Amino acid sequence: MSADHDSTEQRSPAPERARLEERADFVRTEAIRLIEIAKVGHYSSVFSAAETFAVLYYAVMRLNDDPRWPDRDRFLMGKGHAAVGLFPILADLGYLEREVLDGYTRLGNPLGDHPDMTKVPGIDFSSGSIGHALSNGLGMALGGRLAGKDFTVFVMLGDGEMQEGQVWEAALGAAHHRLGRLVAIVDRNGYQLDGAVDDVIGIEPLADKWRAFGWDVVEVDGHDVEALRAVLGEAKANGTDDGRPVCVIAKTMKGKGVRYMETEPGWHLGYLDPADAERAVAEITERSGR
Amino acid sequence: MTGPREEGSWQYRAVNTLNPGLDWFSDALIELVEEGHPVVAGTADLQYSNGLVRFAQRHPDRFLQFGISEQNMVSAAAGLATTGAMPFVATFASFLGLLCVEQIRMDVAYTKLPVRLIGHHTGIALGFYGTSHHATEDIATMRAIAGLTVVSPADGPQLKAALKASVNWPEPIYFRISRGRDPQVYPDDVSFEFGKGIEHSQGTDVTIIACGTQVHPALEAAEALRGEGMSVGVIDMPTVKPLDDELVRDVAGRTGVVLTVEEHNVLGGLGGAVAEVLAGITGGARLVRHGIQDEYSLIAPPTHLYQHYGLDAEGIAKAARTARE
Repeated sequence: MSADHDSTEQRSPAPERARLEERADFVRTEAIRLIEIAKVGHYSSVFSAAETFAVLYYAVMRLNDDPRWPDRDRFLMGKGHAAVGLFPILADLGYLEREVLDGYTRLGNPLGDHPDMTKVPGIDFSSGSIGHALSNGLGMALGGRLAGKDFTVFVMLGDGEMQEGQVWEAALGAAHHRLGRLVAIVDRNGYQLDGAVDDVIGIEPLADKWRAFGWDVVEVDGHDVEALRAVLGEAKANGTDDGRPVCVIAKTMKGKGVRYMETEPGWHLGYLDPADAERAVAEITERSGR
Repeated sequence: MTGPREEGSWQYRAVNTLNPGLDWFSDALIELVEEGHPVVAGTADLQYSNGLVRFAQRHPDRFLQFGISEQNMVSAAAGLATTGAMPFVATFASFLGLLCVEQIRMDVAYTKLPVRLIGHHTGIALGFYGTSHHATEDIATMRAIAGLTVVSPADGPQLKAALKASVNWPEPIYFRISRGRDPQVYPDDVSFEFGKGIEHSQGTDVTIIACGTQVHPALEAAEALRGEGMSVGVIDMPTVKPLDDELVRDVAGRTGVVLTVEEHNVLGGLGGAVAEVLAGITGGARLVRHGIQDEYSLIAPPTHLYQHYGLDAEGIAKAARTARE
């Protein structure tokens, strides 16, 4: 595929709501299937981010068949523990053999709880230690600008991740260096391992913090695919080599899409027994009308 | 008050008179840029301490100021490397080799990215700045990280040669350099080979294996000891990892005592690395490790500290005599 071809358009000729919602639910059901293999995983962290994954990969990001294409947009996950929701998309895009998914977390398989760029085609940077990703993205945006490229770097951060000091080092640096093609997405699902983020160590007023660090801030319903598409698409379209980075605060719900997870924050890390998994999949597929 | 480019300012003196050895650092990077390599140099508010201001003035578009955010700098250097840039990032070794260990492990080494980390003012070179600014553990921390090469050059020419050779070395590298005031050991145009020790001389009584700032005083000490009738060899071991195991095993079979000398804790550094090799052979030389004996250094001007801890020619000679008893 030629370097100037923007395959996003080809992949998503009709970025209609239903299609993107179906892709988000595909992320959910695949995550349930893969976590069944591992017997433990971060279901609810994937579910809060499912629409963002779907909108980025099926409607917004510039991608082609080569996961190492130098002009591609990048996606990094500070909340690397949600990678099990990203792997099915990478397989769907052809970056990863589908059979590899079936061996998720098994000995010798490249797919673990956290994404590894040295093992998984399509993973733009490894993560797992919370707090590094925005700095990694900052470096990519600097490198892109130095190389005269116009790709956008999207970095998804957990809301608990806001408690890591390095995030704010990167926030200061990105604004100072005028990295107008860097977009942070905070998955504001409200929960971390030990409880509600605001009970553990409060992070509000979050939008004001990012604004004070020199970022443009947009708040959006992180489960509304059309709103997400508009906000992320605009952040990309308006990106420049000398501008303010953009922070999108995606207001989401931990466990979104499966009612008994939405109401139980303990689901940050867990395992669904087969009967519960069946109920969850039934609920998701019923909603998707599939 | 004088500006940084005026004679008499501390910045001007730092760059132009106090630390001439650091010119080799910037000059290597300037040459690499001019040879067409996509070098990017970054620092964390220390361009006058490490002399990168020299590079910054020549290639301002390829210089990155990160401010006092060392961890951010290391993670960002890794991101830069994914875009084809060749990042060299420098700060005090106490910060790079201790504060940033996890960023180096996860973002640089595990990812196998060609990032070059330059920890300067290593060991006790910051004298009376105290323990926060001393780095007597950085070889140990960096050496324990899989896939990371660790290089401790003896002087400016060797540093420059190693920096230039690094473009053909695929692994990420931690360079451990001092403050640019070390006497020159090698000619200006010395070459560098990763993973190879340099045997300056052979000796059947004692063989000193030194790295970094300790190579020059080790050579002086050997000269003095020879005057006393001792047969002394000296090996410069600039690549602490991967260590030249073969040379260590070889020399252990033809000398009585191997004396390692380093401006570092004797635990986990060059002495530790040599001990790991000697532990795997039968017989051979006895090992004595000379350096900082698992303690925090006192506060004093660096030369006073080097004397106090025996990290000068006289101290090394004394250690060699004691080792022979």
